[in-house]
Amino acid sequence: MFSWILLSDSKVQHAAADTAHAVADTAAHAGAAHGGDENLFTQLLHHIYDSNLLELPFYHNPDPSKHGLELPQLNLFGMDMSMTKHVVFLWLAAVILIVTLSLVARRNQKNKVPKGLGNLVEVFVVFVRDEIVVPNMGKGGLKYLPYLLTNFFFILVMNLLGLIPYGASATGNVSVTAGLAVIAFIMIQFSAIRAQGLGHYLAHLTGGVHWALWPIMIPIEVLGLFTKPFALCIRLFANMTGGHIVILALIGLIFVFKSLMVAPVSIAFALGIYMLELFVAFLQAYIFTMLTSLFMGLGMQTESHGHEH
Amino acid sequence: MLDINPGLIIWTIITFVLLVVVLGKFAWTPILQALQSREQEIADALKKADEAKKDAERMMAENKLAMDKASNETARLIAEGRTMAEQLKNDIVAKANESAKKMLDQAKEEIAREKEAAMAQLRTEVAELSITVAEKILDESLDGAKQKKMVDKVLQQLQKN
Repeated sequence: MFSWILLSDSKVQHAAADTAHAVADTAAHAGAAHGGDENLFTQLLHHIYDSNLLELPFYHNPDPSKHGLELPQLNLFGMDMSMTKHVVFLWLAAVILIVTLSLVARRNQKNKVPKGLGNLVEVFVVFVRDEIVVPNMGKGGLKYLPYLLTNFFFILVMNLLGLIPYGASATGNVSVTAGLAVIAFIMIQFSAIRAQGLGHYLAHLTGGVHWALWPIMIPIEVLGLFTKPFALCIRLFANMTGGHIVILALIGLIFVFKSLMVAPVSIAFALGIYMLELFVAFLQAYIFTMLTSLFMGLGMQTESHGHEH
Repeated sequence: MLDINPGLIIWTIITFVLLVVVLGKFAWTPILQALQSREQEIADALKKADEAKKDAERMMAENKLAMDKASNETARLIAEGRTMAEQLKNDIVAKANESAKKMLDQAKEEIAREKEAAMAQLRTEVAELSITVAEKILDESLDGAKQKKMVDKVLQQLQKN
């Protein structure tokens, strides 16, 4: 019933367009499915949940209860491997990166002085290399540079995709960030074992204490290995979700007060949060990469392990 | 919101690993190579510029040294030339003076000799002339003795002169 207001708003406000659409969708959806008695906030949250429906501009599903294109179901190895909205955005981010970056690579090799996009990409590449990898891991970390660069750019593009209309942040899904954290975990252990050797790596897990204390120490150290990537996972997920929820809540105020007068205030605030999210998209990509690099660097320090714990 | 979907985790890992491989081959390697070669080039160019600057400074110092040397040499040459010219002038003047004096002396000597010769000639001529005059006067009247006396007297007078 508010759809027309929101749709006219969405033409004016880019920032709110995505959200407004979602609100209209979820409101209608909830209305259809639950008879409208569902809490507004839970309704809004549907927008940031993963789903097997992909919202597309100018596409209307013939089935009125489904908003967006229905994605195929897939079961592999007894697991639900369905393509969902977030899988689509995961791949979209990957395709965008492959296309732009290989183009940039070709151009940068030809031009001695990079311009435009090539220059922009190079700024980030140099930043990751000189401000993240080298200070945290030293020159030995440069062989992990492709991994960390991919980490940074992939997370950044996924974050940014959530800020465009009809887009969704794959990084706002805890499963996606968990996947990234699993890779980070593997890379942290791998780089540590490679730099120290397996023996030193295992010795490190004892914390260098008397063997009688090992039953206490080893579980603590092993737990410590897992908390780092776990924190990475939750941090990225929470930051990306939080911004979206705030924008949705601000737009939701219009529905709570059931008044158009609230709309300008809501939208002004939502725009502010949108700007903040733009910043957070870069910040979180940086933090994830920086912390991964830092943890890898800590594990790679061969001189400072042993008896100083 | 926090329920884990294992399928999505696996998709994330697969996508990420493929992305690392593809980007590593088609993006990061060329981009980093281009970056590194450019950085190397810039570092080399800066080093070269620095070396060129040092070279230029060294050359300028050398030039200045050479110029100083040359100007010193010139001053020395000028001074030397001046002393030499002075000496030469003095020598020439001295020689000229000497030869002038010599010539003067010779001339004086010549004059003295010429004078002597002229005197001698004059003396004989006067004697002959006086004899002729005396002969003419005494041709008729004087005897031998008187003649002789007169001649002696004349001779004596001449000798006095």
